[in-house]
Amino acid sequence: MTGPGGWSRFNIVSIVLGFAFLYLPIVLLIIYSFNESRLVTVWGGFSTKWYGELFRNRGLMDAAWVTLRVAFLSATAATVLGTLAAIALTRYTRFRGRILFSGMVFAPLVMPEVITGLSLLLLFVAIGLDRGFLTVTLAHITFTMCFVAVVVQSRLLSFDRSLEEAAMDLGATPAGTFFQVTLPVIAPAVVSGWMLAFTLSLDDLVIASFTSGPGATTLPMKIYSQVRLGVTPEINAACTLMIAVVATVVLIASVLNKRREVQRQRDEQAARRG
Amino acid sequence: MNRALSAVLGRLVIIVPYLWLLVFFLVPFVIVFKISLSQTAIAMPPYTPVLGFGDGLPAFWERLWELSFENYVWLTQDALYFNAYVSSVVIAAVSTVLSLLVAYPIAYGMARAPASMRPTLLMLVILPFWTSFLIRVYAWIGILKPEGLLNQFLLWLGVIDQPLLILNTHTAIFIGIVYSYLPFMVLPLYATLEKMDNSLIEAAQDLGCTPLGAFWKVTFPLSLPGVVAGCMLVFIPAVGEFVIPDLLGGSQTLMIGRTLWNEFFSNRDWPVSSAVAVILLLLLIVPIMIFQFAQARAQEQGR
Repeated sequence: MTGPGGWSRFNIVSIVLGFAFLYLPIVLLIIYSFNESRLVTVWGGFSTKWYGELFRNRGLMDAAWVTLRVAFLSATAATVLGTLAAIALTRYTRFRGRILFSGMVFAPLVMPEVITGLSLLLLFVAIGLDRGFLTVTLAHITFTMCFVAVVVQSRLLSFDRSLEEAAMDLGATPAGTFFQVTLPVIAPAVVSGWMLAFTLSLDDLVIASFTSGPGATTLPMKIYSQVRLGVTPEINAACTLMIAVVATVVLIASVLNKRREVQRQRDEQAARRG
Repeated sequence: MNRALSAVLGRLVIIVPYLWLLVFFLVPFVIVFKISLSQTAIAMPPYTPVLGFGDGLPAFWERLWELSFENYVWLTQDALYFNAYVSSVVIAAVSTVLSLLVAYPIAYGMARAPASMRPTLLMLVILPFWTSFLIRVYAWIGILKPEGLLNQFLLWLGVIDQPLLILNTHTAIFIGIVYSYLPFMVLPLYATLEKMDNSLIEAAQDLGCTPLGAFWKVTFPLSLPGVVAGCMLVFIPAVGEFVIPDLLGGSQTLMIGRTLWNEFFSNRDWPVSSAVAVILLLLLIVPIMIFQFAQARAQEQGR
């Protein structure tokens, strides 16, 4: 043990064990997607044949296409709505019904999915909207916009408001200030909000099962119905591809973020020198 | 752009998301409540009366009297529902405590890590959250099965000579919930622990506290906001969890999220599943309020 403030052996061991717990199941899943044998837990040699099978499986491919479209549309709409909600919560501290509003923004974060799914379905039935692509998209916008709002809000709270005030003093309109000052600063949070909404929509099984109809089966629904029949290498392959897609998106985003950060520091140094 | 237009735009910032959430979040709950008072019918939609203003106000009033609390009475009469609620709360509570025990050392280690490593560690905690929930739960099936990887490994080690039965038991559900919700517990804990002033612990130790004593008297109490936030973030969704008990818990596991799902998809009883949802919501209202309160306070402090 080192003194307080140091990194003790206990700290290191708990981090290593914790990360092993977090990553081992995913790593095993990926390894076994390259398994030759149909028996998922018996290693029969390296093979990519299940990926071939996967691409020939029309049902899965159609579901993947539906899922990607729903995720793209709902994430985009949720980002706009969520960003607006975050601004409303941080910049307008007093308006009628603010408590209800903040309640409606935070509650969906913890709301059990079965309740959200059921209640949205009953709404769609009540207003006579046929279940399908549109209803899944609307449902996903609703539950993901709250995650976007929280991500953007945390960025807005740590944001130096004197920048906005300076812009207003120099004669910018509130809208002009927003687009020229606020938005560029919160952009990284907006982008990560979009990505979060995208992956949440990509993953969702429960809400989609309630609100989707014939012709709009999403990939998680397809995977779920096959998983119930047992673990298959084909599903392992599908999962590995989904992980690969998400990992690529996250990696690109973090590289872009890093580059922007470096650029910003360089600009600041230049500004100080000049 | 003139000022008046800007003011209108400023209002829209509030109005648009507000209306959206009213229509797609609040109104649906009202509908759920209303349908929970209706009766099952073999029709589409499968309940009666179908309330609407289309036939004029008198007809609406007449139908209003057809609503009844029958479904709620039914929920109290069948022990199945009561047991499902109780076992959901118990399973969620045990899983929450287990998550806290697993997450605390990780968050603590992260907060103590050299500052240059922290962003990477943080990223590594968040990353699994980006991969599908369903996939992560599914991955455990292959590990926990009687002929699965864990049993193969333990047999190979010689620790056991009979495969352990873990899949389709409560243990599997605990593992599933702890695993899936771990980032939700680690992140708020890390946020409070990272902000903590190390000189406080040094002071406690200088005054003769043992490291463990300093932890209990200084570190833990100061991290309580993170503990509360983390516990709520795990407990509330875990009570209504469907995927984990369904895939890892086997057929005999009773959890309310699953009961609601079966009531809806297998029995097609919309009114009863609505009543189940209403009671579940009532059950969760206190923890949700605690969570809201903690969120609001954190927000005030961040200002």
